[in-house]
Formats: sequence, C-alpha cells, structure tokens
Amino acid sequence: MIDFLTLLQVLDSSLRLATPLLLVCLAGLFSERAGIFDIGLEGKLLAAAFVSAAFAAITGSVWMGLLAGIFASILLSLLHGLASITLRGDQIISGVAINFLAAGLTVVAAQDLFGQGGRTPPLKSGGRFEPLNFPWASSSKEMSEAGPLMQLYSELLSGHSLLVYVALLTVPLSWFVLYKTRFGLRLRAVGENPAAVDTAGISVIGLRYAAVVIGGILCGIAGAYIATSLQANFTKDMSAGRGFIALAALIFAKWRPWYALAACLLFGFFFAVDNRFQNILLPAWSLSCILGVISIALLSYVWRKDYLDKVVLGGLALGVAVIAFMVINSVWATGITSQVKIPVVFIQSLPYVLTVVVLAGFVGRAIPPKAGGQPYVKER
Amino acid sequence: MDVMPKWVDIIVVPLFSLFLAAALSALLILAIGESPIAALNLMIEGTLFRSAGWGYMLYYTTNFIFTGLAVSVAFHAALFNIGGEGQAMIGGLGVALVCLFIPWPHWTLAIVGASIGAALFGMIWAGLPAYLQAKRGSHIVITTIMFNFIAAGVLNFFLVDVLKPAGSMDPASANFPASTHLPTFQDIAGIIGFEKAFRSAPANVSFFIALLACLATWYLIWRTPLGYEIRALGKSGPAARYAGVRPVKIIMIAMMISGALCGMMAINTTQGESERLILNFTEGAGFIGIAVALMGRSHPVGVLLAALLFGFLYQGGAELALWTKIPRELIVVIQALVILFTGALSLMVRAPLERFFMSIQRARV
Amino acid sequence: MTIKPAIELRGISKSFGPVQANKDITIRVMPGTIHGIIGENGAGKSTLMSILYGFYRADAGEIFVDGKKISIPDSQAAIGVGIGMVFQHFKLVENFTVLENIVLGAESGALLSPSLNKARAELAALASEYELNVDPDAIIEDIGVGMQQRIEILKALYRKANILILDEPTGVLTPAEADQLFRILKRLREEGKTIILITHKLREIMDITDTVSVMRQGEMTATLETNETSPENLAELMVGRKVLLRVDKTPAKPKNPVLEIEDLNMFDDFGVQRLKNVNLSVRAGEILGIAGVAGNGQSELLEVLGGYQKADGTVKVKGSEIDLTTSVNGDGQARRAQGIAHVPEDRQREGLIMDFMAWENSVFGYHREKSNQANRFFMDNNAIRRETEGKMHRFDVRPPNPKLTAKNFSGGNQQKIVLAREIERDPDLLLVGQPTRGVDIGAIEFIHQQIVALRDRGKAILLISVELDEILSLSDKIAVMFDGKIMGERLPSETNEKELGLLMAGVAEQVAQ
Repeated sequence: MIDFLTLLQVLDSSLRLATPLLLVCLAGLFSERAGIFDIGLEGKLLAAAFVSAAFAAITGSVWMGLLAGIFASILLSLLHGLASITLRGDQIISGVAINFLAAGLTVVAAQDLFGQGGRTPPLKSGGRFEPLNFPWASSSKEMSEAGPLMQLYSELLSGHSLLVYVALLTVPLSWFVLYKTRFGLRLRAVGENPAAVDTAGISVIGLRYAAVVIGGILCGIAGAYIATSLQANFTKDMSAGRGFIALAALIFAKWRPWYALAACLLFGFFFAVDNRFQNILLPAWSLSCILGVISIALLSYVWRKDYLDKVVLGGLALGVAVIAFMVINSVWATGITSQVKIPVVFIQSLPYVLTVVVLAGFVGRAIPPKAGGQPYVKER
Repeated sequence: MDVMPKWVDIIVVPLFSLFLAAALSALLILAIGESPIAALNLMIEGTLFRSAGWGYMLYYTTNFIFTGLAVSVAFHAALFNIGGEGQAMIGGLGVALVCLFIPWPHWTLAIVGASIGAALFGMIWAGLPAYLQAKRGSHIVITTIMFNFIAAGVLNFFLVDVLKPAGSMDPASANFPASTHLPTFQDIAGIIGFEKAFRSAPANVSFFIALLACLATWYLIWRTPLGYEIRALGKSGPAARYAGVRPVKIIMIAMMISGALCGMMAINTTQGESERLILNFTEGAGFIGIAVALMGRSHPVGVLLAALLFGFLYQGGAELALWTKIPRELIVVIQALVILFTGALSLMVRAPLERFFMSIQRARV
Repeated sequence: MTIKPAIELRGISKSFGPVQANKDITIRVMPGTIHGIIGENGAGKSTLMSILYGFYRADAGEIFVDGKKISIPDSQAAIGVGIGMVFQHFKLVENFTVLENIVLGAESGALLSPSLNKARAELAALASEYELNVDPDAIIEDIGVGMQQRIEILKALYRKANILILDEPTGVLTPAEADQLFRILKRLREEGKTIILITHKLREIMDITDTVSVMRQGEMTATLETNETSPENLAELMVGRKVLLRVDKTPAKPKNPVLEIEDLNMFDDFGVQRLKNVNLSVRAGEILGIAGVAGNGQSELLEVLGGYQKADGTVKVKGSEIDLTTSVNGDGQARRAQGIAHVPEDRQREGLIMDFMAWENSVFGYHREKSNQANRFFMDNNAIRRETEGKMHRFDVRPPNPKLTAKNFSGGNQQKIVLAREIERDPDLLLVGQPTRGVDIGAIEFIHQQIVALRDRGKAILLISVELDEILSLSDKIAVMFDGKIMGERLPSETNEKELGLLMAGVAEQVAQ
C-alpha cells in the first residue's frame, strides 16, 4: 500500500511530533513522582513557546530564545510550587489557573510587542534550530535512489533539529537520575511517603521544588521546540492540548521513563498520520464492517456487566451501529464498493479520542505514586 | 478548628482575592501602556451607564450563571468539571436539532423543548467522562478537556456536513424559525412602554431561567437527600461508602446535572441570541464558569454575584478591546488570577485573616 | 562523679494556637535505662517527643543531651546528636526494599550503589549484634508488621542512635511480638542505649520500664521509679481521680440468635483471602467480643457486615439471609433497613463527615429515611436539628451545639455523636469497632455503660477491639481472630490474657497453662 520511503517519512514526522510530547511527559514524570500533580504543563508549554519565539525574533538568536523560554517555564513552575507546596493549595486548580494565565498573557504580550493579532513574527534562520545532518547522509534529492538502510539513516535518524536529539537523550538521563542516584531515591520516596523522607531529616519541600523546576526546564525546552523548530513562530493556543496528551501518555507509561518514550512515539505516530493523510478514503463496505465489529464487540463486553455499563456502552454501540447504517445509506445509489471520505475533523480528533481510550484503562491499570496530589502536612 | 466566623470565609476571602487579582491586572494594563483608572472608567460607562450595556452584561451573566452552577454542583461531589465548553457546545447541537426539526407553534413551547434537548445532550456529553471516572478511574480533568476538543470536532462536523444550508459558505446552521425566537429584554421592555431600552442587546428571557436554576440548585444541594449524598461523597469517599452512598451513582448524577446546566447555556446563546447554531458560540464561558464557581464558593448566591461580576468584566472587556489597545484576552488573565487566588493561593489570602482573628480571640481571653 | 542524664528537658512549653500542649515540662532520663511516659490521649506526650526529634520548636525551655545544652531545629540535628525515633505509624516507603528504606537520608554520596553496598554490610553487623534479623532485599509491603517495626529500629541504629524513642510501639503487635520487642529493648539497654517508651498501656510500663513519668493535660504530674508504683496509682495520676478499671455489669440473659455467620469467606481487591471460613453467632442481649491484633480480618468482617465489602457465605440476621454482594440489596442502606447499626473503627474517616455540622452528621446513613423527610422531595432540617440537640444532651456531648462542625469536637465527643446516632436507632444488632480509641478515660466509662445498657435492653452487640482489657471487661463471650480465622471462643470467666494472647498469635487450641 505505501512504500518504504513514505513509511520512513511518516516515522520521521512521528519523531518530530513526539519530541514536545516526550519532553512534557518527562516533566510531568518528575513532578508526579515527587507527589505534585501538574496539570499546568500545557500552560508552561505555551508560555515557553511564546517567550522563546519573541526573544528569538527580537534578538535574532535562537539560543537566547531557548534560555528565555526555559526561564519563563521555570517561573510558572515556581508559581505552581508556591501554590501546591508552600501554600498547600489545590494542585489541580493551580494548574488550571496557570493554563489560563499563559493563554491570556501570551496573547496580550504578543499583541503589545508585535501588534500582529497575538502572534509573533516568523523567524528567520539564526532564530531557528536548523536540522542537523549526520555525515554521509543523502540529501532529499538523492533519497529515492538510495538503498533502504541509507534511507533509514538519512531520513529517520539524521536531519532533525538539535532539540530532538536532546529530547531523546533526556530519556536515559532521567532513568539514571531516578534510579541510580541519591536524589532520585529521595525524589521517588517523597512521592510515595513524604513522612518517611521528613523523619529522615530531608527537606520534603526542597525535593518537591527541585522536581517542579526540573519539570519547568523540560517544558521550557519543549516550548522553544514547537515555536522555533516545529513551527517558525508563536500563534495563539499553539500548544493544542499537548500538555494533556502528555499526561495521558504518562499514565499509559506507568510513570517510567523508557515506557514514556514508547508512549510518546506512539502518539507522535498518530499525529503524523493525521497530518500526512488528510484525505482518507475507504470503501463503504469495509468501513461499515469495521464499525459493525466495534459495535458488536461493545455489546458482547457488556453482556454480563451491570446496568450502568449496559446503558452507556450499549448506547455507544447503538450510536456506532447507526453511523455504520448511515454510511451504507449514503452510498446506496452508487453501490456498496464505492469509497467514502472520512471527515477531516474525525481524523483531527483522533489524538484526543486515543487519549480518552488510554485513560479508560483498556490498556491496563496503572498505580500512581501514593502521595500524589496531596500536600504534605506534618502530623499533629 | 474553625478560627474565622463563617461570614468572613464566604465574603471577605473572595473579596480579598478579587482585590489582589484586580491589583495585578492593573499592573498589567500599566505595562501595556494604558491607564488602569481610565480602563475602569471606560468599563463602567460602557456597561453600567447604558441600558444596552446592562443588556449585554446580563446576557453574559446568564451564560456564567449556568456554567458556574454546573461547576459548583460538580465541585460539591469533589469533581472538577472542566468540560463546560464541550457540554455547552453539544447542548447547542441539541437546541438546534429541536428548533430546526420540530415545528413549534409558540416560543413558550419551543423553549421547553429546546431546554430538554439542551439538557439531555449536555447530560450525555458529561455522562461519558463521568462514567469513565466512576467505573475506570480515568481522571475526570483530563477526560473532560479531551471531550472539549472532541466536541469542537463534532460541532464542526455537524455544521459543515449536516446542518449547513445548501449553497451557503458559512459553517452555521439555517436560521431557526421565527416561532422559536425568544423575547429579548428589549421586547419585554417594549411591552411595558420602554421601546428604546436595552437597544439590540442580546439579553433574553433565559436570564430568568438562569435565576430559577439558581434556586433549584440551592434546594437540590442543601434540602434533598440526593444533595446530601453528593456533598457527603464530595467530602469523604470512605465515609460515603460506610453510609451506603453509592459512589458510581452519585458521580454520574452529579456530572449529568452539571452537564445539563452547561447545555442549558445554549438556550441563551443559540436560541436566544444568534437564533442559529454557529461555531465557537461558547466563547470560553465554560472556563469562566470555573472562576465563577470558585469565587462564589460553590453556593448559588455566590455564583450569581460572581456571574454578575464576570458579566461586567466580559462586557467591559469588549468595550476596552474596542476603544483601547487592550485585547480581549485580558479577561482570560483576570479569570486566571481569580482562580489562582481563590482556589490555589487561598492560604495566602486566608492566613493573614486567620492570624488577625486569632489575635482578637487571644485578646478576648 | 555523677553520671550525666542522657536526656534532660527543662521548662519545655509549646502551644498550638489557643491550645497549650506542653506546659513547663522538666524530665531527666539516665543513660542505659528504659523510661516510660504515660498519659491519656491529648496529654501532650507526642508533642514532647516531636520537640525532642526536631519536628516542632519549643516555645520555651532547654534541651540537654549528655549534659550539653543543644538546640534541635530539625530532625537532622536530632539524628546528629544520636536521637532516633520509632513512630506509631511507620515511616516506610512501601514499594522500596528494606535496604533502600534504611539508606534513605543516610546515603553516602550522590550515587546509589556504594551507599547500598555499605548499608548491606552494616546491616549484617547490626543484625548479629542485636538479633534484629531482616532480609535486605524484601519489599516493605510484603513483610509483616513486626518485621517492619524492626526495620524502623534498625534505621535509627544505622544512624548511630544512642537514644531511642518509641511511640506506642505495641499497638499493632500480638502479645508474642510485643514480648519479642521488649527483649530487643532490654538487649539495647544492656548495650548502654537509652530508651524512652511512650505508651498508654499501664501493663507495659510495669513490665519493662525502670522509671516512669506521668503526663496529664500538658503537664508532667509525677516521675517515679516503676518498682515503687502500681497500675492503679498510675491511672489515678493520669486522670486526677480514682478510675474504675473494670466495667460494672450484671450477667447477660441472652435469647435468640440475631446474627448467624456461616462459612464466611472474603477476598480483598488484590485477591488476598482476608476471611477464612468464619463461623460466629451473636444472641439478643449478648455482647460478643472479638479479640485480635489489628489486621487479622476484624476490619474486613465489619466491612462485610456493614455492607461495603463483598463476601461469600451465609449471614443471617434475625433468621433471614442478607445479601453479601454490596449491590443495592446489600449495601449500607440495606443493612440499616434490616436493623443493623454500625459504629465504625475510624470515626473521622468513616463515621463522620468532619466538615458537616453535628446535626448533619446525626442522620448520616439515615438521611433517606421517611422520619427525616419533610415531604417527598426535601429533608426536614429543622426537625433534625431539634432531634440532634436532644441526642447531644442524652449522650453528654460537649458542647451540645448541633450547629458546630464535627471537627470542632474532641475525639471522645465525636465518638459520642456517632454512638448516639447508632444506639438511638434502637437497632437489633450493633456492630462496634474500637469504641474507645483516642477517647479520654471519662468518656470511656460513659461509652462502656451505653453499650452495656443497649445489651440489657435485649439487643445483640458485636464488639471488636484491639484492647484486650476492653474485650475482657465488656464481653459476655469472646472469639479470637487470627489471620482471618476464628481461633477459638471462650467465656471471659474461663480464660485469661495469656491464653487469649496465644490464640491471638495463631497458636492453635491448646490446654491453657
């Protein structure tokens, strides 16, 4: 159906799209392993994207942009830390507030600085992270003639921006820090039983702040990446829910660094397919068959379950069956083998639907850090 | 131990938080190069000194009452419903289907049918994440946010592929028939002789439905056994289990009520104002509902007051965007600050107050 | 040459807001001794020890270790001067190994491997010296409570503690495990360690301590040599008046069985079997007391009978079988409708909604009943408030204010609110777990009287308690649970603590010594 080169291009795209997810996911990992639930990752990502794009545009240097983006993200992390750790406030509300804060401030500041309706001007070279080509890699012209191994090397491995490689490196780095260092032991302990850490004479507050700052750094890199590498400027709400998808990936990955890589690559793959194949045509009969199978699978699942399961999932099954019916109906005149176009919005919603499916736990139950989301108060 | 009297908790703390949020916003306005005082004046004149201004303000307030109540009901069950946007959107779909495909003789009947449609659709959209939380433990914050995105997609699909009249380029449904149009404040004022009042402002009878919803919510939460169970579950899951309160049932019911209230918002926007279904008609009201619920301490009276405040800010913000350099997104910043101070940094606000009250207590002893 | 005290506190005071937890405490503990600190709940013992361990800073007073004045601003400082603490609720990370828990905070260097290796060697040395054998690679959540406590002690010894403070250490141990602990403590004493034992159990003080201090309401009321005092004397010093250590009651007149349990089996959410073929029966007008160390299935039994845990088997109440599936016919509401009332073990977590007012709490569990409704839709809040006031007076709840939120009442008064609610229902069967945990002695007497009074009205009572004294003095019949099984039944008059202790430890039926 598709040739090897196209597959490589899709995988290549997956890696690029997975990079911000991976960085944000690891940011969430450090934070949650220390017991701080961070739903404000989206806001940090957005804020870092804006600040890095703005600084890169103004100074002409992408490195200044990167540093500024990280700084902005750390500031928001400290705010979240202040609310969750020092003031023992509700961590979810703090995260939600930070998301809104970033969404509002970035547009206000962008409009004030650049007057372009809430976006930053496009970055020229020097203001972007350029693709790094490995030695002996074929250029895109030579690509179609090269052998499969060379294609793999040139297309998939070489030619990414620096930050992609940095992101990949953070995975083994995170694993090492978490499992092989004293800091990592203490960090994991503070997310499971902060009292154990406190009575051992270590500062719970210090560890937790360290965790959120690490998260801030990682989000900062991710933000700089999307605004200077993936795209060449900042636009309103460009984070597009990635901060939340990364959280789903984190749960999927059971809070472990290497699984997180796998999970984010998977999501990246779905994003890539989404981008590449806008017009997906399927023969009507195969589409209705797929839908029919889903419907029957749902119905048989709920057969022995309780009343609520029957109502909800049975209703869903019915809805799917209705859609299958409508598909058949729409091609009745032209014959059942004719093709049906899958609506674009459906494909665009796929990452979000996938997130819900992951969260629904049909891919296994995950046990979060025991002390997650609860502020630490000394017993009286 | 309760150190502060209840009234301080309910009134002074939110006011203090509001003051802090306002102060920071003023700083932001200064940074943009505008004057906060001038901005405030503009907002007050544009909103409170003209009846049309009130008309716009109360139109927004109606939206925020519905979403604020929705978030409050969910909060009582310790559930964070961030899915207001999506639930309102799907509620709007319900309104459109009811108004377009059923021939209503009069608006009084149409509004009942549309309300049922809106509430039902909103209920379903909230029920799905609720089911996942109750049965599978999926975190409701993430799932409701995802459902917001999915709802936008669904709405888009229906507007472009299903409901769009042939030959139109606009992603919107056909206009609703005249018999479904709701009387606006202007119409009502016209009946009693003030034809010029509330000129072209969108506020309509659904404002009164919103007020009724406040009353109904109060009775539900504090006077009925269901409300008792919702509050009990929200305070303590283990205790609720002990008392025989069934968590799955309560989570589902609380979220469905929440979704229904958000859906009802569409009566105001879709049937009352635009009189057809359009994209993006929610305009962030689902999120403002969070700020409203927090400021109003999840109590219908507080929600009403906070909704009035935010209606003022929203309309004032539109005026500012029109006449100054200040973009509409300033309102999002204010909303964020309010949520931050009332919700997350509340200790920062409470601690000095508690110290103050403790010193009074000690002086008395 | 006088020996300097290992620990000396002079004039320590500490307040939390309007409450003064410690008032001008002075205490002296000599090295190489075991010193007991006894007092009721809320007397200030834990606060004092927390100050010693650096958790709190005293408002006034001085601390001397080995004769030198020092300040203890945090736990690190306390560890630094050789103070180690073993808490009542263990401070262990459940999914870490033993080695990781011991090393946490006492690592040597930034990388983990060298620290773990060093700890392993040291642990082996400590184990042989003090007979504290543990498996370094075991995961905490897999090992038993007695072993977990040993790890807590090892943690302190690993950090070179010379002064060991133990806070209510035997609460979760069987009598046999408690004996083993005391043997370890005596060995530590021989090695010159100083031990401070905080407890509310008079017998432990008498058994093992050399000296004892009594605390009452934040003050140190007496310091004595243990061999110069008696339990009665200590009890009086604890409370300030003569205390009845046994309950006055007339013999029971039991009638028909109200609760019959046959072959009850229960598996928890992780598939572990918590109840194994339990067979019990309780008759009207009888108190059946279930003795046992916490964690042997008693809590699970209450949860099954209370309607919020599934089980298999047959349970009959007043002759008819009840639903054990926790569906609508077998949940908490259904149980209450069948005449079962339940005073749960953890009143703050399950029995009350701490943020609800007293009147709201007094219908908790019964909120759907017709008697609490004004009409089809609404509850009759005014009537409920009036009823609550009456209940509060009858049960001597202080202050008798129905509008006060539950968290503003003391532990004893909270428990009385729960009891009032459950007893005044006039249930046929009352389930009651740990009725006097965290309750001051005056309230204990009242609560015991109420339970006996209910029994005298011809009701059946299933009592679960970890306090063997309470079981012995209240029960008409005793059953002992160990590892989810009923080890045996006895009459209180025909048994003693030693025999019960053996049963509690899982030693099968034997002829008592």
